Amino acid sequence: MARLELHNLSKRYGDHAAVAGVTLDVPDGEFLVLLGPSGCGKTTTLRMIAGFVEPSGGTATIGGTDVTHLPPWRRNTGMVFQSYALFPHMTVAENVAFGLEMRKLARPEIAARAKEVLRLVRLEGYAERLPRELSGGQQQRVALARALAVRPDVLLLDEPLSNLDAKLREEVRIEIRELQRQLGLTTIMVTHDQEEALTVADRLVVMADGEIRQIGSQRDLYERPADRFVAGFVGRSTFLSGRVTAPGQFETAGGLHLQCRGGETPGAAALALRPERLSLDANGMDNCLPGKVEFVSYLGAVLELHVRLSPADRVVVQLPNQGGAARANVGDAVEVGWPRDAGMVFAQH
Amino acid sequence: MPSVAAHDRSAALAGASRPHVSIGRWALNGSAGLALGFILLPLLLVTWLAFFRQEIPSFPPEGYSLQWFGAVLTNKSFVSGFILSAQVGIVATLIGLALAVPASLAIARRRFRGRGAVNALLLMPLVVPGVVLGTSIYVFQIETEIATGLPLLGQTAGLVAAHVLIVIPWAARLVTASLAGFDPAIEEAAKNLGAGPWTTFRRVTLPSIRPGIVAGALFGFVMSFGNLEMSLFLVGAGRTTLPIAILQYLEWKIDPTVAAVSVMQIALIGAAMLLTDRYVKISRVV
Repeated sequence: MARLELHNLSKRYGDHAAVAGVTLDVPDGEFLVLLGPSGCGKTTTLRMIAGFVEPSGGTATIGGTDVTHLPPWRRNTGMVFQSYALFPHMTVAENVAFGLEMRKLARPEIAARAKEVLRLVRLEGYAERLPRELSGGQQQRVALARALAVRPDVLLLDEPLSNLDAKLREEVRIEIRELQRQLGLTTIMVTHDQEEALTVADRLVVMADGEIRQIGSQRDLYERPADRFVAGFVGRSTFLSGRVTAPGQFETAGGLHLQCRGGETPGAAALALRPERLSLDANGMDNCLPGKVEFVSYLGAVLELHVRLSPADRVVVQLPNQGGAARANVGDAVEVGWPRDAGMVFAQH
Repeated sequence: MPSVAAHDRSAALAGASRPHVSIGRWALNGSAGLALGFILLPLLLVTWLAFFRQEIPSFPPEGYSLQWFGAVLTNKSFVSGFILSAQVGIVATLIGLALAVPASLAIARRRFRGRGAVNALLLMPLVVPGVVLGTSIYVFQIETEIATGLPLLGQTAGLVAAHVLIVIPWAARLVTASLAGFDPAIEEAAKNLGAGPWTTFRRVTLPSIRPGIVAGALFGFVMSFGNLEMSLFLVGAGRTTLPIAILQYLEWKIDPTVAAVSVMQIALIGAAMLLTDRYVKISRVV
């Protein structure tokens, strides 16, 4: 358990920067999630923390010790791999004991600690099984137990749930989160699954093209996205392209005049709208526009409509479907409305 | 009920296609049986011949006897040939493994310039005909001897060096194959848990590729033990390997002694295969 600091950490492969200067301060006991599409540099960052990738520049410190150039076996991190990476020829108990043997602990202590972590992940009865005799979820928990057994300074999770089926994934991620809180472990998890990220994280880091785009809580990312990428990646947004004509005034490519928040500097921009902020009960809204329903999806809890506002502009509207109250048909003429602050403007690069 | 109708239809279809299935299966089994017979028949004939009583092989046998096995054991060139072949095979296999295992690890794990070329080079001895290999090594050894004054030609060391070439492709191929199914993250997990490179290799990598190593060693040894064409160029006077001793014997005689020595060789190699298969499932690698 320790504080992790990355300062301007970077990795270049030839001309390509896989990670371009990542600076992060993770306090003791925090669960931090690195979120981003594949190839954004999140896994490379994690592998630099573990010591599998040699950084091209910058520093990494764990608990005040500079580990930037230490080999993996000299850092006290515990890693859980996407493929679990259990030792196939060793039993569950031997897998869990491996890290303790490497630390030259006495046999009775190894046995006691292995037993303890297996109890933590609820696999007490499986000590003598081989990994191939376990289900995916159980193998994943053995991998977690193996990483926890060494009492790591930092726990590193590399897409730990992506090989599990959807139902199990929800279960295990809550388990991991509760265990992490109980042990007070500083944890870094890498994922591309935003729902997973939102469920477990204390704080999230959104990465793209090797850079950090935004660091913040779930609420920060969703309600105050730093740029267009974050607005599109965390949660859903409809983007209308156009330009800012005056502060708080937006004109779409289809010629609609809208009121929005932000947008101090005039010029080409995109307006992002969260589908659940739009409604068909447009009375008294800052923006109120006639439209035609072009597509309807019934999703149980919500009804999702694609509404054409102009030849160039189409928005997605989500209606809460309490008691099956929401009804709409393709071809319906509707009025779509939203308050001024629902529209977020991002300058076009 | 639609499901019943569907069931009837599929049953009807199965009925209609059954003759095709059985013809296909019959053809497959038949050709497999033919191929197996083609491989086994000579072995069975040789084995049968080894027990014939008469000196000149003729059918039907005049009777059966074990005398030819005795003749093998009293034949000095067979016994010394066997010992030399075994010695050369074992030493060449060990050296070949020591070279092929690290080479396979490098090829499977690292991306370096000339990787494909190195891989091809390791398999090359398999492609080059034994006679060509023998001649070129023979010439090389003469030239080296002239240049350095070191005795090489006809020495066991020179023979072992040449046999290492026979072992390498088999060992490299089978170890590479067993590495292909091995997740590199497993080694990373060991390092993450505090194991240095050597401990990781010994405790994690080696146990996982052991079937490949054992199979590679076995095949390499069998190929070395049975090698004739290349060894012909490299053995010294009075120091011959078993296959050469058999060939020399055949120049003068064709009695069942040769069949008996072959049977002993087959039995030895078969026993080695069965024994290794008990410890590692070779069938999983090959």
